[in-house]
Amino acid sequence: MVQYKWKGIFLAGMLLFGLTQSIQAQNVINGKKIYETRCLVCHQADGGGVPNMNAPLDGSTNVVGNDISRLVKIIKNGFKDKVELDGNYYSNDMTPNPDLTDAAIADVLSYIRTSWSNKSSIVTLAQVKNANKGNQKKNSK
Amino acid sequence: MKKIIYFLFLFLFCIGIFANAQDNAGLTLPAGFKANLFAENIGGARHIAITKNGIVFAKLNRANKQGQSIVRLEDANKDGVADKITGLANYGGTGIYLNGNSLYASSNEAIFKYELDNKDEVLNPLSPVTIVSGLINRRQHESKSITFDKANHIYVNIGAYSNACQEQDRTPGSKGKIPCPILDSAGGIWKFDGNKENQTYGDGMRYATGLRNVVGLDWNTQTNKLYVSQHGRDQLNTFFPSLYNDAQNAELPAETFYEINEGDNAGWPYIYYDPSQHKKIVSPEYGGDGQKEGASNFINPAVAFPAHMAPMAVLFYTGDQFPAKYKNGAFITFHGSWNRAPLPQEGFFVAFVPFKNGKATGEWEIFANGFAGTIDGAKVTSTNKAKARPCGLAQGPDGSIYVSDDTKGAIFKISYNK
Ligand code: HEC
Repeated sequence: MVQYKWKGIFLAGMLLFGLTQSIQAQNVINGKKIYETRCLVCHQADGGGVPNMNAPLDGSTNVVGNDISRLVKIIKNGFKDKVELDGNYYSNDMTPNPDLTDAAIADVLSYIRTSWSNKSSIVTLAQVKNANKGNQKKNSK
Repeated sequence: MKKIIYFLFLFLFCIGIFANAQDNAGLTLPAGFKANLFAENIGGARHIAITKNGIVFAKLNRANKQGQSIVRLEDANKDGVADKITGLANYGGTGIYLNGNSLYASSNEAIFKYELDNKDEVLNPLSPVTIVSGLINRRQHESKSITFDKANHIYVNIGAYSNACQEQDRTPGSKGKIPCPILDSAGGIWKFDGNKENQTYGDGMRYATGLRNVVGLDWNTQTNKLYVSQHGRDQLNTFFPSLYNDAQNAELPAETFYEINEGDNAGWPYIYYDPSQHKKIVSPEYGGDGQKEGASNFINPAVAFPAHMAPMAVLFYTGDQFPAKYKNGAFITFHGSWNRAPLPQEGFFVAFVPFKNGKATGEWEIFANGFAGTIDGAKVTSTNKAKARPCGLAQGPDGSIYVSDDTKGAIFKISYNK
């Protein structure tokens, strides 16, 4: 009996693990599609960007870092702060994406955080919603 | 034993010659030409200028590790490789030009003037004269490239800080502004007095307009005319997918090379040049559909190059070293594309444009190729992996030409041996 119990827990665990894995995979697959239609033009297929012009996402400390709300804001509003990113400056203006849903933003961020040499965590819908709240508060101040 | 050593030496000698002849610093060149690395790793080198004694001055995009942004390179032992490298200044930028003993250099907002002594050492490295200042720099298309006519006037490019003068830059569906207000202070070539101090917009004149971003320009001393190479607009496919697919965007619009007369308008942002239709086509931001032709008062290019390859410098060849066909023709460096994606990136080369009776024939050919290098034997087609990206161009006193690279900062010397 004990043996069955452990088997059950093990199977349930496997199932849960598989499920989250496939959610993760779906996340990243959707994100890849969004990346190809909206981001690849500037950040390139290899995520390496264009020197002095379009920032690289592969190997970027910000992209794999913990400040999810900054990333969400950049995707939504575009980015032309021309600030130093990992020791370099980029001259182009990044296009805003006001029409992307929160789920789509979570997907594209999941894709760029886990692709090429980037090995960071995926971004969940809840994290994007949280980030929005935080960004709104900052804006209304 | 002696014989063996003798043969061994002969063998090594032959390998040496063979390797040298084959290598050409990794470049592919027409028969009879050879190339070597004059310098390496000096920092991203934009434009270059060479004195009559063969001293090379390179303008760096940003100050290098030594905190210097103009590098002086001398080949004291005359072996074709710089052996005495010093520097000055600390502002990044693109333009550098030698006018007699005066060395002019530009930041992304201003033009400064230095004087050289009879050994081509800079006399006033810490106190240049400010010739022009206050030029628009909003990072996008910020390079201020410079050239001179024979009457000591400076021509400087002021690039448009925009892709297609949309209300919201690089935003799908955003309309083009009518008229485009950027053109009042950018998107053209301005002319200033080469001697007068402290000039700004009010002191100069807009010599030509409708030029999105000209990084390469040179005065044709044969015909007394300015020539410029323009970077054409980007992203027709991403903003107007119903009109242009990826393959069409990769070939549209042409990178254009113009002969410029005072008052000329090349049409940016209202039109672009379609190299296969040979027509000026109305930009989609201004109601174009890929076919509708633009106004005829906009000038036509002298040569149309493939899209997105980014022409960086123009040099009219006046030397006697190269075969006769090159005399008074134009060399143009190409930086390599990014907006051909998802198709492979291309154009890391130096092109040659033949001239006949003072006019471009309309033809062009690749002169030097292979700057991007290879990875595991395959040609590099990702711009961020290119080993070198051709940028500056200048002619040495012996008629060799020099090509700079603004990734790590190599300088290639290309010569012809009869
Ligand atoms: C028109 C070109 C362009 C497009 C399209 C574009 N970007 Fe960008 N991106 C840039 C540029 C340029 C920067 C740097 C801007 C600056 O420094 O001001 C940047 C910066 C970023 C950063 C910050 C990187 C860091 O190191 O902090 C992220 C994240 C990013 N982009 C993600 C995306 C994603 C995801 C998409 C697609 C939804 C996208 N970008 C589409 C040009 C673009």
